[in-house]
Amino acid sequence: MAEPVSAFDEMYAEDGSIRPAYEGYCEWQEAQETAWLRRKHKDAETNFRKTGITFNVYGAEEAEERLIPFDMVPRIITSAEWRKLTRGIEQRVSALNAFIYDLYHRQEIIRAGRVPERLFRGNAAWLQEMVGFTPPGGVYTHIVGVDLVRTGPDDFFVLEDNARTPSGVSYMLENRETMMAMFPELFSQVRVETVSDYPRRLARSLAACAPKGCADKPNVAVLTPGIYNSAYFEHAFLADQMGAELVEGSDLRVKDGRVQMRCTKGYEPVDVIYRRVDDEFLDPLTFNPDSVLGVPGIMDVYRSGGITIANAPGAGICDDKAIYSFMPEIVEFYTGEKPLLPNVETWRCSDADSLAYVLDNLEELVVKEVHGSGGYGMLIGPTSSKREIAEFRKKLEAKPDNYIAQPTLSLSTCPIFTQKGLAPRHVDLRPFVLVSPDGIDVTPGGLTRVALKKGSLVVNSSQGGGTKDTWVLKE
Amino acid sequence: MLGRTAHGLFWMFRYLERAENTARLLDAGLRMAVTRDLATAEEEWRSVIEAFGLRDAYEAKHGTYAGYQAWNFILRDPDNPASVLRMMGDTRTNARAVRSAITSELWEVVNESWMSIRDALAKPVGQGSVGEVVALVRRAGTLAHGAMHGSLLRNEGFHFARAGTLIERADCVARSLDLKYYLLLPSLSYVGSSLDRGQWENVLRSVSGDSAFRWLNAGEIDARAIVEFLVLDERFPRSLAFCHSALRDELAALARLHGREGESNALMRESDMHMANLTIETVFEQGLHEFLVDFMRTNSQIAAAIGEDYRFLR
Repeated sequence: MAEPVSAFDEMYAEDGSIRPAYEGYCEWQEAQETAWLRRKHKDAETNFRKTGITFNVYGAEEAEERLIPFDMVPRIITSAEWRKLTRGIEQRVSALNAFIYDLYHRQEIIRAGRVPERLFRGNAAWLQEMVGFTPPGGVYTHIVGVDLVRTGPDDFFVLEDNARTPSGVSYMLENRETMMAMFPELFSQVRVETVSDYPRRLARSLAACAPKGCADKPNVAVLTPGIYNSAYFEHAFLADQMGAELVEGSDLRVKDGRVQMRCTKGYEPVDVIYRRVDDEFLDPLTFNPDSVLGVPGIMDVYRSGGITIANAPGAGICDDKAIYSFMPEIVEFYTGEKPLLPNVETWRCSDADSLAYVLDNLEELVVKEVHGSGGYGMLIGPTSSKREIAEFRKKLEAKPDNYIAQPTLSLSTCPIFTQKGLAPRHVDLRPFVLVSPDGIDVTPGGLTRVALKKGSLVVNSSQGGGTKDTWVLKE
Repeated sequence: MLGRTAHGLFWMFRYLERAENTARLLDAGLRMAVTRDLATAEEEWRSVIEAFGLRDAYEAKHGTYAGYQAWNFILRDPDNPASVLRMMGDTRTNARAVRSAITSELWEVVNESWMSIRDALAKPVGQGSVGEVVALVRRAGTLAHGAMHGSLLRNEGFHFARAGTLIERADCVARSLDLKYYLLLPSLSYVGSSLDRGQWENVLRSVSGDSAFRWLNAGEIDARAIVEFLVLDERFPRSLAFCHSALRDELAALARLHGREGESNALMRESDMHMANLTIETVFEQGLHEFLVDFMRTNSQIAAAIGEDYRFLR
């Protein structure tokens, strides 16, 4: 396995000194007994198991529930770094929203020749039903997870935008709860921005997007595919924390022009639905007729202004990696500014020159399916065998439009706690962003995912990655 | 509250109660079996299996009623749709489904209990550990009820949880009584014998009613008094009268919260009137078995009516 050379270490500078962000933490850590820390590490796992913070693995027998491993060394970001990130994220997310609005309305960006029409024409997430329709409050991406990677002191890149149904926010919250329960004194020594008000912020942000004419206090519900979904725990957790109803498709029906939920007293209307089912399953009358996860007729209610759906149907087009590759142009077009957060350099294999370059350099590149997610359907050149590369080459040649390629980034590392002490592992970061007519709200922190295997660059939970608490230091 | 959530709470507590009662009855079966010779012990295991309505499933698998086979069948056999393991799993599945309607205290005790019972039942249970498993299951019930009473908001969810517990408990106690009456005694000539008394004592034990009964009866064991205690004594939390009196309160609370009475309240009132006029003499005149069958039928009608009244399912 090729260990990328000289990755940026979040904790230690090149000369071995501790970076400013970690000074307080390291001072505390050095004062602790290693044996005690080891015990705490075990406690954390027991605690997660007990509270049932698990995710389900599809395909595994009886939808096996697994724990995402938790590492107790926090990933720490200074307030100055966070301010810069926040500005970049706000700029990007606001451009994303403007872009989706434009695509479903006048398509100025295509008329201006800045992105090609085929980008959305051939895109499975494109919804004809959304053309000409403006969602309540004009918001498409109510909840966004922006995946960031870092390669140097000032080098943060966006790896992916998740505007469909980003998950992981419950881990951000539970990781912090666990850390605070295990090391309360640490938090009095190091001042960390709070994340625990995320559910309240989410509830407010969703309520602010309620359709006109709904009750004073909008009825918010979380729509889950059910207890066998991989992120069910998170759906239940968020509903619980927001004081909202957790509903399944079978609890809902369209009645008197509203989406209503079957309650013990009768049917009650829902104003805002935070859905965690994909577009395709949302309405069997409009989309997949075989789906039992959604609500027949919900799209009609939506288009008549009777309900807010978050995220808006059709917003998932920006999860597409082909659109990702145009994000610098998109940001510039709608904000008139240079992007504050750059993309990772990306070759579109649909482009003949790029394809030729990618085919020549497969051993060094990461090649991803345009619509893929979660680390599936991808090739990591440097860690793949000759045979794997040859097989992937055939797929790529057969359907070049289906792929993009990126250099193998030297992701920054952050130490994890092992039996032998601290050891560096690659990390990424997913901050969570809320959008409402009142503005864009970035929770100070996020989900840090960490590759637990030495040298591995794959941080996905479905591929054996773990998570860490993420600290943004107070000024 | 969603109808599905009400349904989930109701069944979460029904399954929990059923698991606990199964463990209690198994405990009584164990006590009876260890005090008997081998042949009689087989008979008693047969009765216990029969009491659970598992005879066909059991006999499809085993030819004999050895204790080891019987308790493993009851506790963990995948061919037994009502095994303790399955019911604890169903309890947890329902708890997961209503996770946002219960407190984390309640969820965590159910989850932890499930984990420890699952681990304890991962392999066949030997003579030395069957008692521990039974204790684990009983403790699961105690912990969950404690967490519920100590932390759950007294809204309709609480009443659905209680109603599920009480419906199931009434059914299980009636079933245990019927089992004793119908199946345990080899013949009528044993009535009043020491064997008979021993069995009644075990029925009492299976509902944790032995010490309460002794306090009330100065240590005497008498079949009639035990039946009176388990059917009519409203002070004892596992008597039929207690279960239905408490159930009436829960259903009345639900009707108040909803501003209207439903079919379940009407059925409950009917059953109340019947129970209020009951004496132990009339029970025996009607025949204990007939009385119990009637009671169980009414009980399950009330359960079905609750589901209808509160829109459990579409």
